[in-house]
Amino acid sequence: MKDKTDRGGPQVDSSRRKFIGVAAGVSAAMVAPGVILHSVSAAPRSEPVTSAVRWGLLVDTAKCADGCSACVDACNQENGLNLQDKPEGLSEPKWDSQKALWIRKIKLQDNQTGRITNLPMMCQHCEHPPCVDVCPTGASFKRADGIVMVDRHTCIGCRYCMIACPYKARSFIHHDTNDQLTRAPRGKGCVESCNLCVHRRDTGEDSTACVDACAAEGHHAIVFGDLKDPESRISQQLRDMPSRQVREDLALNTGVRYSGV
Amino acid sequence: MKRVVYREWRIAPGRYWSILGILAAVIAVAALAFGYMEHQGHWVTGMNNSVVWGTPHVFAVFLIISSSGALNIASIGSAFGKPIYKPLGRLSGLLAVALLMGGLLVLVTDLGRPERLIVAMTHYNFRSIFAWNIFLYTGFMGIVIAYLWTMADRQGEPFNRPVSILALVWRLALTTGTGSIFGFIVARQAYDAAILGPMFVAMSFAYGLAVFILVLMFSFADDDRPIGPKMLRRLKNLLALFVSIVLYFTLVYHLTNLYVAENNALEYWLLLGGGIYTFLFWIGWVLIGGLLPLGILYHPELGQDRRWIAGACAMVIVGGLATLYVVIIASQAFPIQMFPGSTILESGFLDGVNGQAAPYWPTIPEVLLGLGGVAVGLLITAVGVRVLQFLPESLADDLLPADEEQPTAPTAQPKPV
Amino acid sequence: MAKAVFRASLAAVGLVWVLAAQTVLAADAKRYVVEGSRAAELDSCVEPTERMRRMHMDFIKHQRISTVHEGIRSTKYSLTGCVDCHISYDAQAQPQPIDRPDQFCGACHAYVAVDLNCFDCHASVPNHAGLDAEAQAAHRAAGVKLPDQSGRNGESH
Repeated sequence: MKDKTDRGGPQVDSSRRKFIGVAAGVSAAMVAPGVILHSVSAAPRSEPVTSAVRWGLLVDTAKCADGCSACVDACNQENGLNLQDKPEGLSEPKWDSQKALWIRKIKLQDNQTGRITNLPMMCQHCEHPPCVDVCPTGASFKRADGIVMVDRHTCIGCRYCMIACPYKARSFIHHDTNDQLTRAPRGKGCVESCNLCVHRRDTGEDSTACVDACAAEGHHAIVFGDLKDPESRISQQLRDMPSRQVREDLALNTGVRYSGV
Repeated sequence: MKRVVYREWRIAPGRYWSILGILAAVIAVAALAFGYMEHQGHWVTGMNNSVVWGTPHVFAVFLIISSSGALNIASIGSAFGKPIYKPLGRLSGLLAVALLMGGLLVLVTDLGRPERLIVAMTHYNFRSIFAWNIFLYTGFMGIVIAYLWTMADRQGEPFNRPVSILALVWRLALTTGTGSIFGFIVARQAYDAAILGPMFVAMSFAYGLAVFILVLMFSFADDDRPIGPKMLRRLKNLLALFVSIVLYFTLVYHLTNLYVAENNALEYWLLLGGGIYTFLFWIGWVLIGGLLPLGILYHPELGQDRRWIAGACAMVIVGGLATLYVVIIASQAFPIQMFPGSTILESGFLDGVNGQAAPYWPTIPEVLLGLGGVAVGLLITAVGVRVLQFLPESLADDLLPADEEQPTAPTAQPKPV
Repeated sequence: MAKAVFRASLAAVGLVWVLAAQTVLAADAKRYVVEGSRAAELDSCVEPTERMRRMHMDFIKHQRISTVHEGIRSTKYSLTGCVDCHISYDAQAQPQPIDRPDQFCGACHAYVAVDLNCFDCHASVPNHAGLDAEAQAAHRAAGVKLPDQSGRNGESH
C-alpha cells in the first residue's frame, strides 16, 4: 500500500478532509483485485482549485543520496515518461537530449570549497513564472493552487517557454507517442513539465510520486505540502531549517525550496 | 527634374519562368522538409530540449529583420524627405512584405503543432512579447501595403508622408520587439540584455539593405536598366554605415559582458573556447559580416566596382546568418548557470556537466525549410515586379530626383500620361 | 515488423469496416456503440443519445477547461469516462483502442470524416488504477457493479 510517511500535520482544510473521507468510503466499497499502481479511488475534485493552498516541495540536499535515482524513476513511472519509445534510427545520445524528463538528479561541486551536493531538479513552480509570461497563447499557466503547467490543448509548440525557463525544467515531445496513461496525456509537438502530480492533487492524495519514492528509499529528502498552511509539515520545516530558492536573484518566489545549497 | 517612370520587369519569358521554376522547386523541397518534420516529429531535426530553437529560427529571424530593414530605403525617401531615394520606395516596400512572409512561414512551419495556428490567433497572452510580435508582424504587413498604395496611386499621395512615418515607427517597434524576444529572457545570460533590441534594429538596417541592393542590382542587370554610379555610391555608403553600427553594438555587448564577472565564463567560451560558435563569431559575424565588407565598400577602387559591391552585400548576408546563428543558438547551447560558483559533475538532463555546451547540429530538413522561406520571399518579389510597376525604368544619374527636398519645388509628381 | 503488419491489418480492417458501414448506414441510423462495452448495456449516455451525438464535442471541450485549469474531475462529461464506458475487450480481455476505425469513437468519426485527435495525446484504452482489463473482467465475473462516479446511464437528466 501507499507509503504514508509524508502525511502532513493536522489537516485544517475541512473541505479536503471531507473528500478524503469520501475517498476512503469509495475505496472501501470497491472490490479491488486489480489495483496495481497505487491504491486510489478517491473522489475526484468537484470544486475549482483555489489560492487558499499553494503546493510546494522542500528538498533537503543533505539527505539526497549520491547515485540514488528513486525520485526520477518514480516520476517516470507515474507520468508515463518511461513509455516513450526511441524513434527507430535515432542515436542514444541524441535521444537523451530529446526525450522528455520532468525531474533529474544533479550532482554539483563548489568550485571554492570542493563540497559536493546532490539534488533533484524539476519545475520550481514559481509564483511569477517566466514560462507563463512568455507563452503567446496562454497555454503555459499557473493554477490557483500554485501548480505551473501546460494546457496542451492550446499549446502550439513554439517552445518559447523552454527558452525562458531558468531551470530548464521543460521538455518538448519530439516524437510520436503511444500507450499513454490515462492520468498523463502526452502528444508530439507540445511542451510539458512537472505538474506536482496534478492528478493526485485532484483526487485528494497526500503527496507526489517523487516524494513517496524518496521516502520508500528511507531518505526522506523531499517534503511535499501546502506552503500557505502554517501547520503543514513543509511550512514547519521551512521555518526550522535554512533554505533558499535556486536563482533567488530572479525573485520568482519558487514553490520548490532547497536546503543545503 | 525628370519624371520617374515605373515599368514591369520585362525580362524574357523563358528566363523569368526559369527563375520562378527554380524558386518554386526550392519551396516544394522545403514543403517536403516541413511535411517530414511534422510527420516524424522534431526528433529528425538537430533541436533538442536544450537547444530548442535551431536553424529554422535563424532563417526566420534573418528574414523578419531583413524585411523591416528593406523598408528603410522607402522610409528615407518619404519619411526623411530625401527624394533621391523615392524611385526605390516601391521595391523597398514590396521586398519588406515578401521577406516578412517568408520569415513568418518558416517560423510557423517549425511549430510543434502548426495545425493549431488558429489557436495562436484566437488566444492571446498580452504579457508575452511573442504575442505582441504577432500583432507587430501582421500590422506591419498591413501598413506596408497601405504605404505601397500611397506610393503607387495618385489618390494615396496625400497620405504618403503620414503613412511613411507610421511605417517607420512600426518597423522600429517590430525589430525592437524581435530583439526583445531574446532580450527579455532573464533565464539565459547571453540573452538577458536590453541592447539586443537596438542591436537587432542595426542588424536589420544592414541585412535588409544588403538584400535590397542585391535584388535591385540583379533585377536591373537582367532587364538592362541602368543604375547610375551616384545611386550605387549612396547605397553602398549607407550599407557600410549600417555594417559599422552592427560592429559597434557587437563591441558594446561584449565589453559589457566582459566587465561583469558573472558573464566572464560565457565570454571566454564564446570568444575563445566555443568551437563552432567561436568560429562563426569571429569568421562569420566579425570578419565576413563586418570587417571585410567594410574594407571593400570603403576601398577607393573596389568600392566603385559593382561586382565587389555585390560581393560585399553577399558577405553581409552570409555574415548575418552567422551572426544570428551565434545569437540564437550559441546562447542556448551555453549552459544555464543555476548554481553560480559550482561545477556540475553529473546531470540527468544535460545541464552543462563540467561546463560543457549543449549539443546541436543542424540537419538537412531544417536548412531546407529555412531556404524555403528565402525562396518564398524572392518568389513574391519576382511575381510582384513582373506584374506591377515596382521598378523604376532607370536609375541613371541624370534621371534621379534631387538629393534633398526643395521647399518650393514639387517632389517627383508624375504628370498625367 | 510485427507492429507494421498489425498496423496494416488494422488499417485494412478499418477500410473494410468503413466501406461496409457506408452501405449499411445509408438505410437507417446506425448504432455505433460496440457490443461488449459497458455502454452497450445502458439506455443512454450521460445525456440523451440524440444530444450526445450532436453535442459531445462541446461537452468535453468545455470540460477540458475546467479540468485542466480548475482541477475539476468529478463531472459527468469526461473523456476518461467516454473511454471507460465505450471500450470493448477482445477474447483475451485486452481493451481495443477506442479510436480504432472499428471501435466506438473511430468508427463514427471515420463515417462522418471528422478528424479525431483526442487520442493523439490521451490514452485510448482505460489504464488507470482500478479499471484495467483484468479488474474489469474480474468485476464482470463477480457480477460487481463498477464504481459509477459520473452519473452515467442518464440518471442526471
